[in-house]
Amino acid sequence: MSLPFRIEKRNSQPWYLNAIIPLLSVALALLIGSVFLAVLRVSPLQAYKEMFRAALGDGYGISETIVKAIPLTIAGVAIMLAFKMSVWNIGAAGQIFLGALATTAAVRYFFIDNRFFMYFIMFIAAGIAGGMWAALAGYFKARWNVNEIITTLMLNYIAIHLVDYFVYGPWKDPDSLGFPMTPPFPDAARLPVLGETRIHLGLGIALFFALLFWFIFRYTRWGYEIQVIGESPKAAQYAGMHYLKYVVFIMFISGAIAGIAGMCEVSGLQGRLQHGFTAEYGYTAIIVAWLARLNPLSIILVSFLIGVLQVGGESLQIVMRLPIASTLVLQGLILFFVLGGEFFRNYHIRFNRGDEQ
Amino acid sequence: MNGVEMKGITKRFGDVIANQKVNFDLRYGEIHALLGENGAGKSTLMNILYGLYRPDTGTISIDGQGYNFRSPRDAIQAGIGMVHQHFMLIPGHTVWENMILGLTKLPQVLPKQDIKNRIVALSKKYCLQVDPMSFVWQLSIGEQQRVAILQMLFRKARLLILDEPTAVLTPQETQHLFEMLRLMVSEGYGIVFISHKLDEVMALSHRVTILRKGEKVGTVQTQDTSKEQLAEMMMGQKFVFSIKKESKPIGLLALEAKHLAVRGDRGFLVMRDLSFQIHEGEVFGIAGVAGNGQQELCEALSGLRKIESGTVLVNGQDITNQSPKQFITRGIRYIPADRRGVGLITNMGVGENSILKKYWKAPISHRLIIDWKEVMKFALHLVHTFHISAPNLTSPVRNLSGGNLQKLMLGRELSDSPRVIIAMHPTWGLDVASTKFIREQILLERARGAAILLISEDIEELISLSDRLGVICKGELMGIIENPNEVSSEVLGLMMAGTPQNCIQKVSA
Repeated sequence: MSLPFRIEKRNSQPWYLNAIIPLLSVALALLIGSVFLAVLRVSPLQAYKEMFRAALGDGYGISETIVKAIPLTIAGVAIMLAFKMSVWNIGAAGQIFLGALATTAAVRYFFIDNRFFMYFIMFIAAGIAGGMWAALAGYFKARWNVNEIITTLMLNYIAIHLVDYFVYGPWKDPDSLGFPMTPPFPDAARLPVLGETRIHLGLGIALFFALLFWFIFRYTRWGYEIQVIGESPKAAQYAGMHYLKYVVFIMFISGAIAGIAGMCEVSGLQGRLQHGFTAEYGYTAIIVAWLARLNPLSIILVSFLIGVLQVGGESLQIVMRLPIASTLVLQGLILFFVLGGEFFRNYHIRFNRGDEQ
Repeated sequence: MNGVEMKGITKRFGDVIANQKVNFDLRYGEIHALLGENGAGKSTLMNILYGLYRPDTGTISIDGQGYNFRSPRDAIQAGIGMVHQHFMLIPGHTVWENMILGLTKLPQVLPKQDIKNRIVALSKKYCLQVDPMSFVWQLSIGEQQRVAILQMLFRKARLLILDEPTAVLTPQETQHLFEMLRLMVSEGYGIVFISHKLDEVMALSHRVTILRKGEKVGTVQTQDTSKEQLAEMMMGQKFVFSIKKESKPIGLLALEAKHLAVRGDRGFLVMRDLSFQIHEGEVFGIAGVAGNGQQELCEALSGLRKIESGTVLVNGQDITNQSPKQFITRGIRYIPADRRGVGLITNMGVGENSILKKYWKAPISHRLIIDWKEVMKFALHLVHTFHISAPNLTSPVRNLSGGNLQKLMLGRELSDSPRVIIAMHPTWGLDVASTKFIREQILLERARGAAILLISEDIEELISLSDRLGVICKGELMGIIENPNEVSSEVLGLMMAGTPQNCIQKVSA
């Protein structure tokens, strides 16, 4: 009763695998996707062309793709930071919501009619709120070994419903005709945008964070310590590092960055807080961080590619009249194949030969 | 007729010889103890019998019939059962579900009531109170062990292997287990009892086979032997290893442990009142059977384990229960036994591992920035000085051999001229050349003036390196031997078995 092949871990990854595997994965996904599109009586070639055209074909498409990539990059960096330490913060969604909530509170209660001061206040408020939300889970993890996957996930639901409470209740805009949203932010609380596009200052923040953490992990003591803790908490303790302090602190920073992603969404893009405002960014960012192999610079690239998928998918709905579910299937296929391809980066498959026992 | 006959079993793992031409037999109706230090090859030998490993050479026969096990499934079919140190049970399943795990030829519809009845009957017979409906995670460790043993009986195993079954048990649970094992042998089962605890081997077994460094030292009838003789056989008598050690006048007091009390991982005090002193330029050895508080002592002396009461003084300063970082900055370096899990980060390169204890200091880092050029310079220096053979400085060290890992760790710990060195099993599992190199390094540190605490299970190593040798048993020092070169292995054996030194002198006087 033995299989005709064995699976072995690779000792090293040849450089060409890093290029070939993702490309091959995407190609395979598109191939399977075309079967699916054909069943829907849509020409696959035309559909893919439309996706490409919508997301990258003109200035507007590219700008929309960047708009999608901004929160993904910021939240991706936040998640990468915790994951590097082997703390599985899947609560970016909740931290984004809390950051947005704190931003809105700052706008409502501490409004100063000066852009510079207002940005500063919103930034600090969103950071502290998101940070505390994550640090709470970090403390439980480090102190009592409470599973952070569960706590961060649960905190997501609390955060989402907390936002709902405010937008359905005390903060609801009386002129919104009953929609669950706050009144629009005053101009001083809106991040500046680039020309006629919807690209906002968040782009700068995203690039800054990605570069900052690239630098931190490559050159600083701090980055070294985080990686040692992530690889082996026992060795970290043996080297004199303070596990609890680090886990709580890093979770705080991770949550703070996610909170700032929330701030960028409400004050840069939407200009108000509303029910369900970020859709799935908090979770998609996990995929982003993972696909980028926790490399801050790759996170920028992967976020952009996911942005392409999202913008292209939206246009399929509009132009080709495909139901939303079908575009989600296409996105899912691509992610599935790319993530699955990771397996072949790390493992060989060897077929047994006859001469073995 | 013999149940099991193992003849000329040899097993290598890479360069390491785990078993060398070992013969072993087990009869029905006996408890045969397999005794030896950690790494002596006990578990390997029994894993071969259970079909987990295949021997390089040698034969296995059961009830006179030759077998060539390909997997535990074959061994189980031949009537062999093994209970590992870490039970192979599924915590989220009930007892009865675990019981039928791995059984072949089960009907599609499980005869649940029938299975439960059989479990209850078996547990009644051997006074093993286990409720078949309870979940495994609800059971205590002792109860889980009963389930693991019952599982073997359920599979109709007649020959049982128990791998250090008492390591996880309380004294009461141990007694209970022994009663059950005695009952089982009276019914004709054959049992292999793996242990390094002399008391238990003496109390329980009919015969004892002693392994040392992969080779069989001998098989004796338990009634014809003594704890002291067993300790001697286990440790080895001939001290062939000789190394030149210059005699030196004693230096200043460097490390002092006063009345230390420390808890083990399970919450019990593993030492209540341990005191000793180590001077500069002195190697203080600690001999003892594994699991008598050595690990906990090392951790307490490097700040990694809380000290319940007592004090640790370094150069006269009290550093009890300070942070591990404090211990490091005071010049205490610890070489842990677990190089892969604690001492090194196996997924990181030689460079990153080399700075684990100095990454916060110049010239490695300036303020927050690590100077990777300096890191590589330092790592290269270690590689040259300590003859570490590594393909490069950046690929993960997990692919390096044990000897090279140990040299890397040793090099890192010795590189800052530490005041105090705590070394646990520094040559464990290494080849002859690496062993010699590491022992020489320890003596060089001694000549430099470091105070060294050496904990080892290798009695030759202890005797040839130590200036004074303490013997530990159940977390207490049985005495300190001032001239380790002149001590007889008989006295050492007695002390390791728990006889205080002063009592021995009275007897011989």
